[in-house]
Amino acid sequence: MSTAFSAANFSTQSFPLNHTSTTTHDSPLVFAKPTSQFLRSTPKLRLSSFSKLNLSRRSGTVVAVSDVVKQKKSKSTPTLLITKEEGLELYEDMVLGRAFEDMCAQMYYRGKMFGFVHLYNGQEAVSTGFIKLLKQQDSVVSTYRDHVHALSKGVPARAVMSELFGKTTGCCRGQGGSMHMFSREHNLLGGFAFIGEGIPIATGAAFTSKYKREVLKEADCDHVTLAFFGDGTCNNGQFFECLNMASLWKLPIVFVVENNLWAIGMSHLRATSDPQIYKKGPAFGMPGIHVDGMDVLKVREVAKEAIGRARRGEGPTLVECETYRFRGHSLADPDELRDPAEKAHYAARDPITALKKYLTENNLASESELKAIDKKIDEVVEDAVEFADESPVPPRSQLLENVFADPKGFGIGSDGRYRCEDPKFTQGTAHV
Amino acid sequence: MLATASQRILGQSFQNIRPAVSVLRSYSSAAKQITVRDALNSALDEEMSADPKVFLMGEEVGEYQGAYKITKGLLEKYGPERVLDTPITEAGFTGIGVGAAYYGLKPVVEFMTFNFSMQAIDHIINSAAKSNYMSAGQISVPIVFRGPNGAAAGVGAQHSQCYASWYASCPGLKVLSPYNSEDARGLLKAAIRDPDPVVFLENELLYGESFSVSDEVLDSSFCLPIGKAKIEREGKDVTITAFSKMVGYALKAAEMLEKDGIYAEVINLRSIRPLDRSTINASVRKTNRLITVEEGFPQHGVGAEICASVVEESFAYLDAPVERIAGADVPMPYAANLERLAVPQIEDIVRAAKRACYRSVPLAATA
Repeated sequence: MSTAFSAANFSTQSFPLNHTSTTTHDSPLVFAKPTSQFLRSTPKLRLSSFSKLNLSRRSGTVVAVSDVVKQKKSKSTPTLLITKEEGLELYEDMVLGRAFEDMCAQMYYRGKMFGFVHLYNGQEAVSTGFIKLLKQQDSVVSTYRDHVHALSKGVPARAVMSELFGKTTGCCRGQGGSMHMFSREHNLLGGFAFIGEGIPIATGAAFTSKYKREVLKEADCDHVTLAFFGDGTCNNGQFFECLNMASLWKLPIVFVVENNLWAIGMSHLRATSDPQIYKKGPAFGMPGIHVDGMDVLKVREVAKEAIGRARRGEGPTLVECETYRFRGHSLADPDELRDPAEKAHYAARDPITALKKYLTENNLASESELKAIDKKIDEVVEDAVEFADESPVPPRSQLLENVFADPKGFGIGSDGRYRCEDPKFTQGTAHV
Repeated sequence: MLATASQRILGQSFQNIRPAVSVLRSYSSAAKQITVRDALNSALDEEMSADPKVFLMGEEVGEYQGAYKITKGLLEKYGPERVLDTPITEAGFTGIGVGAAYYGLKPVVEFMTFNFSMQAIDHIINSAAKSNYMSAGQISVPIVFRGPNGAAAGVGAQHSQCYASWYASCPGLKVLSPYNSEDARGLLKAAIRDPDPVVFLENELLYGESFSVSDEVLDSSFCLPIGKAKIEREGKDVTITAFSKMVGYALKAAEMLEKDGIYAEVINLRSIRPLDRSTINASVRKTNRLITVEEGFPQHGVGAEICASVVEESFAYLDAPVERIAGADVPMPYAANLERLAVPQIEDIVRAAKRACYRSVPLAATA
């Protein structure tokens, strides 16, 4: 089933965007051992009830899409991967991410933002490419570099900016901060400071989706979870533990590696025995894909397949996005160890410029339309800053709130009220 | 061998204590005996059948019937989707449990012993305990982490640590530690129903102990409140606080003290966080002397917190310095005689109580 994953075709076609020869790996989609062998053994492991639901579905559509694309290519008309609306949506989202992060840097140096702030400049293609394909009920789990994931998922820019300023109107009322963005409404599950911490959480969210379908019988629950993390995390034990369990239990999750080649000052190549992260997927029985993370359209195509796979119940996918952060690790990082030539190389592959070029060259949008979007986003970000500035700081009483969902510590009874408020508390089963 | 010997001693002593206690508290007359193991098993069973969102995960909880047979029979009854045998990946599966709890499922994560929870402690503290606060109430985590805690018999240093004080120092967690079958049933059911992360510290040596329980305890809606201690034995001369296995020792010590005319009040803490400071302080105000008993390491332990709480709130009522009985300040040795020296014994409690009662001038406690 996994071999039908046809992203292999993408690397051989030349996309109109960037002719990148930097992906020097020979065959990105060689699956070391056919995963079908592994999957066939799962019924013996008593997981048949889990996989029963989707064994009959095949991922035939994947092959079909690439075949169609191939045929179209041969007709020598340029293949458009997106419609105009989609293109503008992607452009707007990426520009929002970039403008927001630039504003964060300004605000930080003016003292309005403090603590640890990690900016996402340069990596927008990954966030936009993946998250714009999700539904509201799908969840995203991120790391400390989570502002743009929050924005892409739908958290309003005002809420994120207020949170960064530490105001009570922020998405977590100022209690989380830059590294801990949570939104129940948009299913953004954080925001984690420890690397690798979000991966098991994401796996748990995917587990819930499966549990709801199989055990709680919510038959239409096909929520997918995306876990974003970096190259350094791929050396962490929890990453491997979760690859194993996600594949073992066929969970609807996509592991997205934002490989920007650098931890703080530690190059990925110095830290990793085998730097090709996508290869770690097949070792656990899932496809491992490498994609150019500076190209939002390529990312989007791969994301469609991976998310589709998860939604159909075929299990997890590991996607390695080769990307780059234009700024330092955080605003406190002087960023002296990275080679300027490397930075220049990736700056030339700026995802926003590339998409702009694609849209204008294929007559999907005019310069003026894109400029209008730029202007609109500037206004949105300015408004967010104003809103955050004018918002009040949290009141003192907020310090002790929300430590527990049930602060009275006696448990919530079956009527939904705290048990200790029940007048019959000292009788009956509440034995003191 | 040490374990069974002490179990027999304790078992016999309970037969003697039970009637005395039941005179003071009004239990219903029909008394059935169940082991702590059966109490926990029945609590899990009932909560799983009541709420389909409750599921178990841990090593060997399914086909092996539980490393200590606590989850016996549950795999057959509820199937492998709800009783999950996990690979040996504490960090991974604890995080998965927390992630599932973010969505309102109610996982009960078993650690084979709480020593292994150290591999997952990042998820217990950072992902579970702090999430409700960090997300300003949007994401609550209704998860239970349970397993045996503290010293067993001859299992060595890496399997014998008591984690009550570590977890109890963290805001956002509730920490419970049952003693007898009634505690085990009531507190586990309360923990599973609670919408916050609960660390449930059992004790391996108590699993096989039988205790009498009333019919009320066996009712499927029985639940104990979290955050309330129980006065197991009333007295007037000295207060002894304890939790888990040490409650049994304290009760036995109280019996021995009674022969010398010292009537000890034994408090079973049940809940380490939130600590029932009001019950402890009320008792100290009555008896004016306090002994805290715990099995864990002494520094920054539960006893230290209780002592500070009493000094803060009831200093004027103390007639003697607070005595802390704790495990020895060493990693647990293996040799049986050394192990006996490293864990509090009944005689230690008796001696401490006598010291507290005969001392009228506060003297610095010598080593």
